[in-house]
Amino acid sequence: MAEKGQIRIALAGNPNCGKTTMFNNITGAKQHVGNYAGVTVEKKEGYTNFNGQELLFIDLPGTYSLTARSLDELVARNVIVNDNPDVIVNVLDASNLERNLYLAAQLLELEKPMVIALNMSDVAEDMGIKYDLKKMAELTGATIVSTVGRTNIGTKELLEATISVAASQKAPGVTVDYGDLLEGKIAELVEELKKSGTVTYPLRWIAIKLLEKDADVIGKVMRFDNTEAVIQKAEAIREEIKNQVDLDIVFQEYRHRFAVEVYNTCLTQAPTTLETRSDRYDKILTHRIWGLPIFMLVMWLLFNFVNTVGAVPQGWIEDGFTALQAWVVTAIPEGQLQSLISDGIIAGVGAVLSFVPLILLLFLGISFLEDTGYMARAAFVIDRVMRACGLHGKSFIPLLLGFGCSVPSVMGARILDNYKDRMVTILITPFMSCSARLPVYTLFAAAFFPPEWSGTVVFGVYALGIVFGIIFAKVFRKYLFSGEAEPFVMELPPYHLPTLKATLMHMFERGILYLKKAGTFIMAASILVWFITAYPMDVEYSKDYDALHDQVAQTYEMKDAETLSHFGITTDEQKDQVNEIVDNMKSTVADATSAAESNQEPAPEVAVEEDSEAPELFNDIKDENKDLFPAAWAMYKNSANLDAENQKIDEEQKSEKLEQSYAAMFGKAINPVLEPLGFDWKIGVSLVAGLAAKEVVVSTLGTIYAVGGDTDHPQALTDYLQNDPHFTPLIALTLMLFVLIYPPCIAALAVIKRETGSWKWMLFMFCYENAFAWIACFIFYNIGRALGF
Amino acid sequence: MAIKKLKDMKPGESGLIVALHGSGNVKHRLIDMGLVHGTKIHVMKFAPLGDPVEIKVKNFELALRTSEAGMIDVEVQ
Repeated sequence: MAEKGQIRIALAGNPNCGKTTMFNNITGAKQHVGNYAGVTVEKKEGYTNFNGQELLFIDLPGTYSLTARSLDELVARNVIVNDNPDVIVNVLDASNLERNLYLAAQLLELEKPMVIALNMSDVAEDMGIKYDLKKMAELTGATIVSTVGRTNIGTKELLEATISVAASQKAPGVTVDYGDLLEGKIAELVEELKKSGTVTYPLRWIAIKLLEKDADVIGKVMRFDNTEAVIQKAEAIREEIKNQVDLDIVFQEYRHRFAVEVYNTCLTQAPTTLETRSDRYDKILTHRIWGLPIFMLVMWLLFNFVNTVGAVPQGWIEDGFTALQAWVVTAIPEGQLQSLISDGIIAGVGAVLSFVPLILLLFLGISFLEDTGYMARAAFVIDRVMRACGLHGKSFIPLLLGFGCSVPSVMGARILDNYKDRMVTILITPFMSCSARLPVYTLFAAAFFPPEWSGTVVFGVYALGIVFGIIFAKVFRKYLFSGEAEPFVMELPPYHLPTLKATLMHMFERGILYLKKAGTFIMAASILVWFITAYPMDVEYSKDYDALHDQVAQTYEMKDAETLSHFGITTDEQKDQVNEIVDNMKSTVADATSAAESNQEPAPEVAVEEDSEAPELFNDIKDENKDLFPAAWAMYKNSANLDAENQKIDEEQKSEKLEQSYAAMFGKAINPVLEPLGFDWKIGVSLVAGLAAKEVVVSTLGTIYAVGGDTDHPQALTDYLQNDPHFTPLIALTLMLFVLIYPPCIAALAVIKRETGSWKWMLFMFCYENAFAWIACFIFYNIGRALGF
Repeated sequence: MAIKKLKDMKPGESGLIVALHGSGNVKHRLIDMGLVHGTKIHVMKFAPLGDPVEIKVKNFELALRTSEAGMIDVEVQ
């Protein structure tokens, strides 16, 4: 029941009628987005206070009709008949009234007090259309208010009318006239319903729906007592008149007739402009020759907008969190707490937030394309190609975005109105190799294939992903989402300039939803992955690494002393001078390295072998300190070699620690499963860690092989892999194949759960991709071996 | 007056819908969008790859795949 003093309003209307703009105008930021119980249809509610009256608006899904044939329509009408709102506000597009009235005809049958917002009245005016609003009010029984959602005109009047209609509690009292024959039968059935005395829905509506054989309404009626007779009667009537009328479509035809009649009676001036501005834009944008290039250009812009532009703030966030981690390492003593905060929590929060720029930009882009009207045109242009893959034209956009990042890609699938299209698209999205998988591919391609081939190998993996995507789209369509085909009937709405407010609201709404619904999951899973790779903390090492460090330090202390005496440096003053020069050299190298990194060039390498000559980099220093330079250069080499030895010991220790972690135990436990693919437990650990994010595969391999390195510095790892006798090009290719297919990162899984609304689909995805990855790799590896590779 | 299937009409041609074939969801969806007997339609264009087709009906534009457009008979004017 409604709270005291609160008026509950269902906002209904066609897609593209400006309903959402109006909802945003009225409720502003006071919105709540959830899901209708058990289905993936989004439920949007918002509050406002007007003239001391609290109003709760329920924004129903935009629909063209109210049948039981689509989930959106079913949800929309169930909100009205089950939740009993006090008023229906039906938003009608004045520039396209005839079709909009078809929905109004069905809403009238629900016998609720109704207000009609005749929206986009400015557009209609521009087209030269004029209506007689008084007549319209008579013919529909509703209160009519003229509005312009985009400029917020008429909102106040609409709210006033809504409150007064709610107070009167007067239903329109107008319904569609279905002609003598049907009206007689409807009346008979209403009598029968009255006799049962139990059904609490509007009886005339129930009677009509029973005659239409609406599965959902039949189910509703059967849940009441004493309704067997009603159901039988309805069936008998259908049998009786089935040869006189086409029961399948006759009700719809009468509703259209009603719409046409209301439209024609109210229309005082028909549209004068034959070719609208929208038509002119359309001639270019979906042109036979230019349509495709324009489409490609728009898609290229969208992709780069989301991924390239998004990478900049994403980089800031990642750098910020790296800096925060570095600070924590200095602020908290080394140990479990430091590791938890730095590598667990901060890394987890960083992982969650780093996707936010991508998501905001994605929805900025999508919202712009949808609001301008180009989205439908894009689908129109590319549908032929996507249909060949069993998909919808609009699937192109999420799949394209998948090459950047699966997270915005999965979220972008919501542009697909149809449930089956949306699900199939989401399920195959991960086959589009995201940018985090690229470093894995390039690492192995560079390590095992000659430079002229490595590009082709990487391209081949991408292409294979697309092929798998197409195959699985067809398989899923056939076996998981079969049933009656969904027609491709898509409105191409007129082009509009979107409002900044609507676009921004849409963008932030999605960003916040992501943080709320997917953020916690990603965070928890990141901490779990940290835990299994970091624990147990107290491992028994095979060597005393601290002693090794001491030993190395001692060795180099002696070496330094030898070097100094070799060059005849004895006084403290000279020693200080030499140290100063060495420091100078180090900072020169550090500066050159960071300069090279910011230019994305390889960092300068200084060879520090026993007989290495000083590099050109130090020429300036050499010129300034002719006498002491040879000694300083020797000391620099000592110091660099000491660092390298210490680092080697550290890497070894880290490797040994990881080797005893839970992740490694898991990797070893699943070794029998991975062995037939040519993988050892070390690869297994990397693959497990790679669930956190695909590029982690590279850094984990670096740690486990005790060579260090990450995606930005893979050289050491490349060298190691080339020299590892266990690794062959075949294993490298098999591993690339596995990384292509096996489940995307946790963040992607989290948004899949959120967008499909169920754990079931997320788990299904996780399992089928693991299974398929294994099978494909098994076949590939064994064929490769049989061929002698 | 020639009766053609919608998918066989040429851009720029107009006509009245005289029959709707097919069944189930597809047919109902077409009717819900206003493609009923006696409705006037105007063929705007075909997509660059020849499918879908864009028509104007009741003052709005609608895209249909040719598979659906093949279910609609139109009396060309």
